[in-house]
Amino acid sequence: MKFFHLIWGNLKRKKLRTLLTMLSVVVAFVLFGFLSSIKQALTGGVQMAGADRLVVRHKISIIQLLPVSYKARMERIPGVVLATHQTWFGGIYQDPKNFFMQCPVVPEEFFAIHPEITLPPEQMKAWLKTRTGAVVGRKTAERFHWKIGDRIPIQSAIYTRAGGNRTWEFDLVGVYDSKEKSADTTPMFFRYDYFDEACATEFGKGSVGWYTIRVKDPARAAETAKLVDQEFENSDAETKTEPEGAFVQAWVSQIGNIELIVAAILGAVFFTILLVTGNTMSQAVRERTGELGVLKAIGFTNSQVVSLILVESCLLSVLGGGFGLGLAWLLISRGDPTGGMLPLFFFPVRDLAIGAGLCLALGLATGIFPALQALRLRVADALRRM
Amino acid sequence: MNENDKPNGALVRVDGVDKVFHRGSEDIHVLDNLSLQVADREFLALMGPSGSGKSTLLNLIGGLDRPSKGSVSVGQDRIDQLSDQQLAHWRARHVGFVFQLYNLMPVLNAERNVELPLLLTHLSKSERKKHVATALEVVGLSHRAKHYPRTLSGGEQQRVGIARAIVTDPTLLLCDEPTGDLDRKAGNEILDLLQALNREHGKTIIMVTHDPHASARAQRTVYLNKGQLGSEPEK
Repeated sequence: MKFFHLIWGNLKRKKLRTLLTMLSVVVAFVLFGFLSSIKQALTGGVQMAGADRLVVRHKISIIQLLPVSYKARMERIPGVVLATHQTWFGGIYQDPKNFFMQCPVVPEEFFAIHPEITLPPEQMKAWLKTRTGAVVGRKTAERFHWKIGDRIPIQSAIYTRAGGNRTWEFDLVGVYDSKEKSADTTPMFFRYDYFDEACATEFGKGSVGWYTIRVKDPARAAETAKLVDQEFENSDAETKTEPEGAFVQAWVSQIGNIELIVAAILGAVFFTILLVTGNTMSQAVRERTGELGVLKAIGFTNSQVVSLILVESCLLSVLGGGFGLGLAWLLISRGDPTGGMLPLFFFPVRDLAIGAGLCLALGLATGIFPALQALRLRVADALRRM
Repeated sequence: MNENDKPNGALVRVDGVDKVFHRGSEDIHVLDNLSLQVADREFLALMGPSGSGKSTLLNLIGGLDRPSKGSVSVGQDRIDQLSDQQLAHWRARHVGFVFQLYNLMPVLNAERNVELPLLLTHLSKSERKKHVATALEVVGLSHRAKHYPRTLSGGEQQRVGIARAIVTDPTLLLCDEPTGDLDRKAGNEILDLLQALNREHGKTIIMVTHDPHASARAQRTVYLNKGQLGSEPEK
């Protein structure tokens, strides 16, 4: 702490240069925050996938439907505890930009198989009593200021009702939530029996999008998946069964290898910042070669001089990086910037800690070469350069 | 180092020292079998033409460089045998440097510049503050303590440099052309100060200078020519 004046004074020596370098570090860490949050938004579902859950979809593609009658057959397969289904509804609330997922489900089964989301018991009771009832996640309810008792019109791009009407109206009977931050609380669920009855589109009737099954023993999930697929082999609708994580990953992979894309962008950004900050530090140390000679002459040891330079470079990157991470946190806390496309958009604490570590690593990496330069400096030579 | 530490009454002993610099394939002999003794509390002026090896000799005595041959002792310490780390600690304890161009840190004010050598000690903040105040008072610059080097005159900057050199109360002061960048008046003030430090505070001073007027203030003057001690050149 007693050397702080010297370190701080050196940082303030060329204010504009320090400020510009710091700003470039700020921008890099804001970008880091946003890319981490986007990655989280796109892959968060994979992390939330249950180890004891398998997803059964049509062997050809997810957009091909499966018969609702498969449920009973699945539940007879050894190792399967419970099977339930979901169907992509593809609805729009008022405006296409108000995107969120909607699915018809069997209420009790759906919540039984997804314990990470919870619905108050009285709301579940209300849902079971109300054929046109729907429940929605906390985030969407807050986003559109919906409250229980509201009537929500959803226009489906896929399914029409009798009479050619594409607008489906639902009575909001519940709002579910989750204790898990990475659980998606944006979708809306409504009753499958109402959907099946009201659906006038031929291919929707008696069909479902995919099944989620819970297996008795997660260690034997692969074996159970094989049995499920064998059960429907050579039928009109053959199945492909995979762990829920792999299923979600396949969805995400349609966009591309998110981890690789994020890592590549961040790699390029940090490499550039390393060069920018490293150049600033090298220049700053080169400019005061003589002063370093004076410090050594009056008794500073090599290791003390090296420490002064490393602390200075770390201070530069920690200040810039800290401000950048803070700014990113503030901006990301305002929520999904896409209006619903990224329901799990938040800055994970784990990535914030990684960011803090990166600040320090950046400081050390950019300071090490100038520090070694100072270490090798001979006092008599340095004093001649004053 | 106290009085009992002195071998034969000499504080500084330079014995048969050679200093050779290598520039490419060329060897440059700067000091050639040079021997010199400086007594405790002596004020010695070191004169000679440019390139005669004055500053190199000063660097060897101050532990900033090592001889190619021979030995350098200050008190009981054979400083040519110390490691870099040991030399740094030794310099912090025993030597104060005064440079021709003052060599102050432009980012620190006068008192922070003077405090620099004290940061290497275990003194508390208040103790350091006291020492700094005393050193600035000795050089007559207490009223400029908060001023940055750029706002001080050359003479004032050199006073700050001297305050920095004496703040740890070293035995030996090594001054490399301390008046070389100053006008006559400011130069005289600095020489007065060095004389006072020698006479009143008992500092041993070795001063490199080109200026006969400055060397006249010393108790003894030695002349260096082509790396060897010699007699005063004819005028």
